[in-house]
Amino acid sequence: MRNESRVYLGIGSFFVLILVIYFVWSRESTGSVLLLASAGLGLLPGLYIGWWSRRMQQRPEDVDEVAPRDITGVVGQFPENTIFPFTLGVGAWLVGLAFVFGLWFAIIGLGFVFGAAIGATLESKRASLSERENRV
Amino acid sequence: MTTLQEPLVQTAGVVEHERKAPGGFYKWITSVDHKVIGKNYMYTALTFMFIAGAMALLIRTQLFNPDGHVVSLQTYNELFTIHGSMMLYLFAGPFAFGGFANFIIPLQIGAPDMAFPRLNNLSYWLYLLGGVTMLFGFFTASGAAAFGWVAYAPLSSAPYSPGPGPDLWIVSIALVGFSGIFTAVNLVTTIFYLRAPGMTMFRMPLFSWSMLVTGILILIAFPVLTAALVLLYADRHYGAHFFSVAGGGVPVMWQNLFWFFGHPEVYILALPFFGIISELIPVFSRKPIFGYKGMVFATLAIAGLSTGVWAHHMFTTGTVLLPFFSALSLLIAVPTGIKVFTWIATMWGGQIRFNTSMLFAVGFIFAFVMGGITGVMLASPPIDFYTHDTYFVVAHFHQVLIGTTIFAGFAGIYYWYPKLTGRFLHEGLGKWNFWVTFIGFWITFMPQYLLGLRGMPRRIAIYSPTDGFTFLNRMSTVGSYMMGIGMFLFLLNFIISWRRPRPAGDNPWDGFTLEWATSSPPPAHNFHSLPAIRSARPTWDMNHPEHADAVPAVTGGDESAQ
Amino acid sequence: MGRFVGTGFEQSRGVRRVARVLGPIGGIGVAGVVLSACNIPTFGAFKGNTVQGNSTFHLWQGFFVASIFVGGITFALLALAIIRFRRKGESIIPKQIHGNTKLEVFYTVVPVLIVAVLYFFTVRVENKVDTVARNPNLRVDVTGFQWGWKFYYPKYGVTTITKGVDLYPTLELPVGETATFRLVSNDVVHGFYMPEFDFSRYALPGVTNYFDFTPQHTANFLGRCSQFCGLYHADMLFYVHVVSPSQFQSWIHAHQGS
Repeated sequence: MRNESRVYLGIGSFFVLILVIYFVWSRESTGSVLLLASAGLGLLPGLYIGWWSRRMQQRPEDVDEVAPRDITGVVGQFPENTIFPFTLGVGAWLVGLAFVFGLWFAIIGLGFVFGAAIGATLESKRASLSERENRV
Repeated sequence: MTTLQEPLVQTAGVVEHERKAPGGFYKWITSVDHKVIGKNYMYTALTFMFIAGAMALLIRTQLFNPDGHVVSLQTYNELFTIHGSMMLYLFAGPFAFGGFANFIIPLQIGAPDMAFPRLNNLSYWLYLLGGVTMLFGFFTASGAAAFGWVAYAPLSSAPYSPGPGPDLWIVSIALVGFSGIFTAVNLVTTIFYLRAPGMTMFRMPLFSWSMLVTGILILIAFPVLTAALVLLYADRHYGAHFFSVAGGGVPVMWQNLFWFFGHPEVYILALPFFGIISELIPVFSRKPIFGYKGMVFATLAIAGLSTGVWAHHMFTTGTVLLPFFSALSLLIAVPTGIKVFTWIATMWGGQIRFNTSMLFAVGFIFAFVMGGITGVMLASPPIDFYTHDTYFVVAHFHQVLIGTTIFAGFAGIYYWYPKLTGRFLHEGLGKWNFWVTFIGFWITFMPQYLLGLRGMPRRIAIYSPTDGFTFLNRMSTVGSYMMGIGMFLFLLNFIISWRRPRPAGDNPWDGFTLEWATSSPPPAHNFHSLPAIRSARPTWDMNHPEHADAVPAVTGGDESAQ
Repeated sequence: MGRFVGTGFEQSRGVRRVARVLGPIGGIGVAGVVLSACNIPTFGAFKGNTVQGNSTFHLWQGFFVASIFVGGITFALLALAIIRFRRKGESIIPKQIHGNTKLEVFYTVVPVLIVAVLYFFTVRVENKVDTVARNPNLRVDVTGFQWGWKFYYPKYGVTTITKGVDLYPTLELPVGETATFRLVSNDVVHGFYMPEFDFSRYALPGVTNYFDFTPQHTANFLGRCSQFCGLYHADMLFYVHVVSPSQFQSWIHAHQGS
């Protein structure tokens, strides 16, 4: 994880440098604020990942020579086909259109959004119960 | 849910049996497989490209004659606005980070899927629906947005651009922007957390590196745009005065906000395609990339610098710190120069195979060097005073952007098409596709440099016969038709490969990276087995052990014990 | 990196040799040409016609010549690589070269130097072009609006203004005298663009911009709007007449009455 954190930290510290030069030189506010935000966007995740990288075991993807015991086990859980991202997308789109064509679009859209939220939650619950280790 | 085990190295994989996936239309809508979503993105982006390209041909037709009457002034303004917006927001970006990255990144780093597959699916729908929304503007009574893709306030505010067209434009770009942010989150997370064992950061293929940096740039840039759009919408409808002088607002702030998004955006569009070129030039030269770490640091340097140069689009506003922005803008030439020289040095001493993909890649370098050189000129404020908002700038950014998105993009399509579909595209037709497009490209844009220097502003629908612009404009129009024919040849090629498939093997190009170690098209969750990853070129190491990058591992007899 | 660098790698050394010879020549060429950019072609640009525009023009020439060098070397190397190393006949696996630190440093440092030279001349010309005279001979207030221009000479109380389609206003300037312009916009962003003076500047609402022109020749020019500003953006033209000071005075008198 060390290098991941360095990517963010490198970009973040570059923005700090640019920010200091820019602000001292120009005293212009819009750009300085944007650069400050960008510096934060680089430094915050960088520091967080760096903080974790000291507290976790080295992952198999970070070592040059992989031992056989590193390459067995669970990668993660991946979902099956699901309709709810589509539902959520349509909902968000209708809410977006409400900004152009009027509020009634948002009412339909929010229906889709809440439908998707409920559906996706139930689906995840069902799926996680179907996994062996989650069965009670 | 499918629980995935790590695929075993060099042995048959253990993928738990899956429920039978649905087929047809329902599968297309519901699939969370990064390969399906990636392909959806590509087809959608290419469709938008053809629509926006048709608009470009209409624009060029209007300019064929002075005082042209092909379209009305209002329609012309709508056309170039939507042409630019579609090409930049709906084609170039999503084509790269939605299409290529989605499909290729998990394969290249040995991951079973993206980190957030359902979010991935959502961002495709936001992109498709948001993109179509932009076209709705043409069907409203007052027409589509007509203020250029940069939407400079106060021209984009309610008094000067009334009607639903601009609002549709705002909503469309906000939705597409969210889709881009989601995709970026997905990409960065995937690259950080789902790499295969042994795939350290400095063994990642350069395309993956480019996409990682692109993802970070998207996270920096797109929220600024979304925020600016919210402010603009509030100005238009809620009587806010962020950008109107009358209410104490600052119109120039729009330009600051927009270009703080807009300039990183240029590199969001370019970096993925640099990555594609960095992948396929080594493969077709049969040599590793020349100076891998140099390329990685050049990519990071471009990311940093590109965010510090937004105001070089605003030199002529008289409100920005010229020496600062011109220095940083000129400095960007250094990492991009490193990239170009690296590509040349990679080809040097190689065994270059000139198939269609490599032709497009080399065509890209030519176009990009030309666009880059004129970019250095524009980084100098006095020269920018002279050429700003003229056809010189138009030619410059078309050369850079068509160079990257079309030439490098098509190089990528011809290169990865066998992996996407298990088929080849037709080589002969592909070469025609390249040459017609390439020659048309130079005929279209070289005259535009001269037009700009002779004083033709951009975004004008008519010019006078006495201006002396006629001949150069006609030449440019003829060139653009040639490019149109070139694109049509691609479509033909695509249809031919669809109707009469020619199967390609799993690794037709003798590729270097992990995506060539799996079948074409890849199975669900990508890998049944992974080769051992001991260098940046695992597939090459496996296929050419005598020329492998990796020194054979000595691990105290562990491996022989297996 | 650099694992395969060593003896028997003559191709990369070839690059280095070419680069070592051409690099300094390019650098000297850039500097020399920028300094004495007089007898070289215009490369499609206007010569400026004002003192300010003329220095922009010379900077343009310098940049163009530098581009010819840099672009020429790059294109030549690229073409050479394509011609020399295309696969002929049976494919063999070439030597696997991973890099060469010296060459990489070389092609990093040389662009930095070139860019530094370009930046030096840029700043010089930029200061010259942006200088506003403390006591100008003439002040002109320019206002951009949808879709036209208003030129107001405060010293004389003379105004010319766009009166409709094809009725463009005239900006009359005396030759050899420095005129300071005060540029604003009434509504949206416009671009005050004088192609033959090698200059443009945004007319922004809420921002006042100042700049100087010192015309060198008597001639007639056409000015335009460069920043897209709405429906009739293409029609925002204005005439610029650079005349002798006496002609200028008579023009002023003729317009003061009306």
